[in-house]
Amino acid sequence: MSNNFLRRVDLIFDKDCDFKQVLRNAYKRSNDEIINELLESGLRGRGGAGFPTALKWKFTSEQPDPEKYVVCNADEGEPGTFKDREILFQVPLKIFGGMTICAKVIGAKEGYIYLRGEYRFLLLELENQLQIFHSIIDDLKIPFHIKIVMGSGAYICGEESALFESMEGDRGEPRNKPPYPTVSGFRKKPTVINNVETLVYAFMIFRYGARKFKELGTIDSRGSKVFSVSGDTPKPGIYELELGMTVEQFVQEFGDGDTKAVQVGGASGFCVPRKKFKDTIIGFEGVPTGGSMMLFNSSRSMYNVLKNYLEFFEEESCGQCTPCRVGCQQLKLGIEAVKKGEKHANYLEQLQKLAQTMKITAKCGLGQSVANSFSSIVENFREEMIY
Amino acid sequence: MANQINLTIDGMPITVDEGTTILQAAKKLNIHIPTLCYHDDLCVAGNCRVCVVEMKGSKTLPASCAMPVAEGMEIMTNTIKVRTARKHIIDLLLSEHNAKCTTCYKNGNCELQELASEYKISEPMFIDLVPYKNYQMDAYSPSIIKDDSKCIRCQRCVRTCEELQHVSALGVAYKGAHMKISTFFENPMFEVICTNCGQCVNRCPTGALIERNYVDEVWQAIFDDDKHVVVQTAPAVRVALGEALGMEPGEIVTGKMVTALRRLGFDSVLDTDFSADLTIMEEGFELLGRLKKALVDKDPNVKLPMATSCSPGWIKFIEHTYPEYLDNLSTCKSPQQMFGALAKTYYAQKRNLDPAKIVSVSIMPCTAKKFEADRPEMSSSGYKDVDYVLTTRELAVMIKQAGIDFSALPESQYDSVMGISTGAAVIFGATGGVMEAALRTAYEVVTGREVPFNGLNIALVRGMDGVREASIKIDGTKPEWKFLEGVELKTVVAHGLTNAKRVMDAVREGKGGWHFIEIMACPGGCIGGGGQPIPTNEEIRRKRVEAIYREDAGMPIRKSHENPEVIALYKEYLQEPNSHKSHELLHTHYKARQRY
Ligand SMILES: Cc1cc2nc3c(=O)[nH]c(=O)nc-3n(C[C@H](O)[C@H](O)[C@H](O)COP(=O)(O)O)c2cc1C
Ligand code: SF4
Ligand code: SF4
Ligand code: SF4
Ligand code: SF4
Ligand code: FES
Repeated sequence: MSNNFLRRVDLIFDKDCDFKQVLRNAYKRSNDEIINELLESGLRGRGGAGFPTALKWKFTSEQPDPEKYVVCNADEGEPGTFKDREILFQVPLKIFGGMTICAKVIGAKEGYIYLRGEYRFLLLELENQLQIFHSIIDDLKIPFHIKIVMGSGAYICGEESALFESMEGDRGEPRNKPPYPTVSGFRKKPTVINNVETLVYAFMIFRYGARKFKELGTIDSRGSKVFSVSGDTPKPGIYELELGMTVEQFVQEFGDGDTKAVQVGGASGFCVPRKKFKDTIIGFEGVPTGGSMMLFNSSRSMYNVLKNYLEFFEEESCGQCTPCRVGCQQLKLGIEAVKKGEKHANYLEQLQKLAQTMKITAKCGLGQSVANSFSSIVENFREEMIY
Repeated sequence: MANQINLTIDGMPITVDEGTTILQAAKKLNIHIPTLCYHDDLCVAGNCRVCVVEMKGSKTLPASCAMPVAEGMEIMTNTIKVRTARKHIIDLLLSEHNAKCTTCYKNGNCELQELASEYKISEPMFIDLVPYKNYQMDAYSPSIIKDDSKCIRCQRCVRTCEELQHVSALGVAYKGAHMKISTFFENPMFEVICTNCGQCVNRCPTGALIERNYVDEVWQAIFDDDKHVVVQTAPAVRVALGEALGMEPGEIVTGKMVTALRRLGFDSVLDTDFSADLTIMEEGFELLGRLKKALVDKDPNVKLPMATSCSPGWIKFIEHTYPEYLDNLSTCKSPQQMFGALAKTYYAQKRNLDPAKIVSVSIMPCTAKKFEADRPEMSSSGYKDVDYVLTTRELAVMIKQAGIDFSALPESQYDSVMGISTGAAVIFGATGGVMEAALRTAYEVVTGREVPFNGLNIALVRGMDGVREASIKIDGTKPEWKFLEGVELKTVVAHGLTNAKRVMDAVREGKGGWHFIEIMACPGGCIGGGGQPIPTNEEIRRKRVEAIYREDAGMPIRKSHENPEVIALYKEYLQEPNSHKSHELLHTHYKARQRY
C-alpha cells in the first residue's frame, strides 16, 4: 500500500467465517446484550443517513405489535455506488445472518430483501443461497424466513418508506414521517430497514465483538466502510477502508495526479474541490457517503457534471412534492440559462436560495439532498457555471 | 381520553389530544396556515408543502398538516424562513402553471389564485416551465373537463376517487418532472371507469378539474323567441345555491331561486321535486310488486334487494363494478329524466306546445346528471328529454352574469303544472331521503295508516353514517296486501361509493337480508353532489342536510302520494303506477360496462 494512513480492512468480504457458529452464539445471548454490543460498536447505517443501528433495532424491539419485519435495502440506486452488488454476490449468507440476528432482537418472523431491478442477474444465485440459509436455520430451530422482492428501477424506491409502498404493490412515493419505520414500516408494522452493508457489519460484530470494530475509525464514524471508486482513477473498484481519512489521503491513493474534485456520496452527496481536500474528512463528521466516490480531473466540466446530476434528479424525483418536482426542473433550466447568457450570473444566487428551500421543505431525502451537490458545485466552481 | 400534549405555537401555549396535527392545533388558536393539498374530507398527503412551519430544534421545516404535535414542541408559523420557503413554493407552483386567470373557469374561486394574491406574487421569480410541457386537455366527457395545465398535482382528486368513491379512475402516472394525474392508460375520462360523480371537481383547488358548462347554450335558448324554455330544480339546489352567492351554508333559498330563474328569462320555472314524488310512486309500487312476486308467487326470478336508481353516478358505478346486479336496480328513471320525458309529452300537451320547440333545462347538484341526460335511452319523448343540465354552480354564474342581487330578491312560487311538490320530495336531497319518502308512502298504501314515527320523521334512516340499516315491521295490512302482514321490511342506506361498495359486497356474500337499498353516489347524498358550491366539508354538508329537513317539516304536504299534481297526472295521463304508459316514459334499462 502506498499510503500509510489509508488502512484496508477485510471484514465484509472475509470468507473465513463459520456462519452457523456466529448465529448460534448470537442466539445464546439476550436481546439486551445484543443491542448493547451493537451500541458499543458505534455502528451507524451505511445506506446514507447514518442512523445508529442499535437504536433502530432497539426502538423496533420496544414496539408491542406482534407482527414485525426486517427488510434489507438492496436497491442500490445512488449514481456511482456498486458495492452492495458485490456484497450480495460474494457474501450473501452474512447478509441473511445480520437479518436473522435483527429478527431475534425485534421479534420478526419474516424478512425481505428488496433487490434492485437491475440486479435481477443475481436473483438465481441468491435464491440458491437462501435455500442453504433456510436449511441452516431450520437446523438451529430459528423460526425465520427470508423472501426476495424485486424492485423495478426507480431510484426513489431506495428511500425506505417509498420502498415499503413499492413492496406493498403501490406507487413508490415516500410517506410522511413521523411515523418512522420503527413504528410503522412494511404493511404499517414496526420494521427495521437496513442497508446490505449495515447488516453484514452487524453480523461481523457478532463474530469479532464490538471492540474490534470500534478500534477502527473515529468517534463519529466507527469502523470501516466499503467504497465504490469510479471516475478519473487508474484503479476503479470496490475497497473496504477504515473511516476517518481525509479526501487528500483518498486522492493520493486513488487519484490520477490531476484530480480537481471528488464527489463524495453520489449525486446526492457533496462535491469537494481540490482546495478543501486536506481539511475534509470522509465520514459523518465531514462528508458522509453511502459509498460512492467519484473522482474528476481537470479535463472535466463541472457544469456538465452538475447538469448531469440535475437531469438525474429531475427524472428520478417521485414528483409528488412541489419543492423537489419543480425545484429540480428550475435548477436545471436555471444553470442552462446562465450558461447560455439568458440569465445574469447572479441568478445563481437565486438558485442557491431555492436549493436551500428544497433542502428544508422537501418531503423526503431525495429533494432535501439535491442542494448538497448543487450548492457545493456552484459555490466551488462558479466560473465553470458561467463561462 | 387521549393523552394530552402541551406545545406552543407562535408563543401561545396550547394543550391538545395526542395525534393532533400542528395544523389542527394552530386552527384552535385561530392561526391560519395556508394549505393546498390538505382537505378535511381526505387523508393527509403532505405533498404541496405550502403549510410548512418552523419547529425549534429542527433544521427542516415540517409540513404542519402532516406533523403530529409532541410534548414541548415550539412552533413558529410566521418567520422569515417560513415566508421565504412558502413564497418559493408558491412561485414554483406558478412556474409550472398555465396561469391565465382571466380566462379560467375557476377565476375567483381558486385556492391557488388566493394564495398567490395573499403572498403578493408579482414578477415571476423563476423560469416559466409551461412552454416545456406537453399539457393535455381532456374535454370529451359530457360532465367533466380535465386540464392538466392547471393542475398543481396535489392529488386531492386521486384521494377523493380512491377513498370516498373507491373508483380510482384517477391516479398518478410517470415520475419526476413528468409526473401527472392520469386515467387508466391515459384514456379520456369519458372512456374509463369514472362515474362522473364530480367529487374530484368539488375538491380540486384549481381549474384543473371542472364541470363541462352549458351556460352559453342555455342563454342562447333563453334568448331564442322561438323556444319555450322550461327549467326544473333539484331538491338539493335550494339549500346550497346561496353559498355560491355569498350566503352562509344551510340557508334555504327556494323562493329567491324561483324569482331569479324567472328573471333570467326561463319561460316556466318548475320543480324536480314534482317528479321526485312521482318517482316514489313508481318505485314504491315497483318494490311492492317485487315483494308480491317473491312472497306470493314465489317467483325465483324476482330480484331482491331492489336498489334505488336516482343517482346516475351510482348507476355508472354498478354498471362497471357489479354488472351482475343490474336487474336489482329499480327500473325507474331518476327524477330529472322522468321530468324530462314528461316535459315534452304531458306538459307540452297541457300547455299546448310543440315539443320540438321546448328546451328542457335542469339545475342539478350533480355532474353525473349531465352524462345521464346524454344517455341514448333518455329520449322517450321522441326528443332529447333533458337538453341541458346545469350545476348549482353554473346557475350561480348565470345569476351573477345577469346582474341580479340574489340576497335582495323577493320570494316567489313555482309555476304549474309540474311545480307542486311535497316534503317527501325535498328530502331526496339528503342521504336516506328516498328511503324515508318511499317508506312514508309504501307503508300507508299497504296499511292505510301513516308510518308509526313521530311527525313522519323516520329518524332511523337519517344521519351521516356511511351505511345505515333499518327495519320496519308491517302489521295491520289492508286485505289486498295481506301477504305483507308481519313482514319485517329490511332496508339499508349508503352514501359515497366506497360505502356503496360495502353494501354491494355484503349483498354478493349473501349477507344483509335487505329488501330495499338506497344508494347515493355522493357523500351526504345530493346535498354533497359534485355540482354543489365549493368548498365542501362535513360541517357544510351537515348544515345543508339540516336545511333539507327543515324545508320538509315546513311543507303543507309531506307524502308523495298526496301530491295533487301527481294524482292528476295519473288520472289524466298515466292511469296508475307502473302502467304501460309509465313504463314507456318513466322507466329505463341499464348496460353492463367493463372495468377497464
Ligand atoms: C432517494 C433515496 C434513495 C435511497 N436509496 C437507498 C439505497 O439504494 N440503499 C440503501 O440502503 N438506502 C437508501 N436510502 C436510505 C434509506 O432510506 C434508509 O435510510 C436506509 O436503507 C437505512 O439503512 P441503514 O440505516 O442501514 O443505512 C435512500 C434514501 C433516499 C432518500
Ligand atoms: S422530495 Fe422528491 S422524491 Fe421525495 S417526496 Fe418529494 S418529490 Fe418525491
Ligand atoms: S386555476 Fe386558479 S390560478 Fe390557475 S388560471 Fe385558474 S384561477 Fe388562475
Ligand atoms: S368524477 Fe367521480 S369517479 Fe370520476 S374521477 Fe372524479 S371522483 Fe372519480
Ligand atoms: S386535478 Fe386538481 S385535485 Fe387533482 S391533482 Fe390536479 S390540482 Fe389537485
Ligand atoms: S397542505 Fe400540508 S403539505 Fe400540502
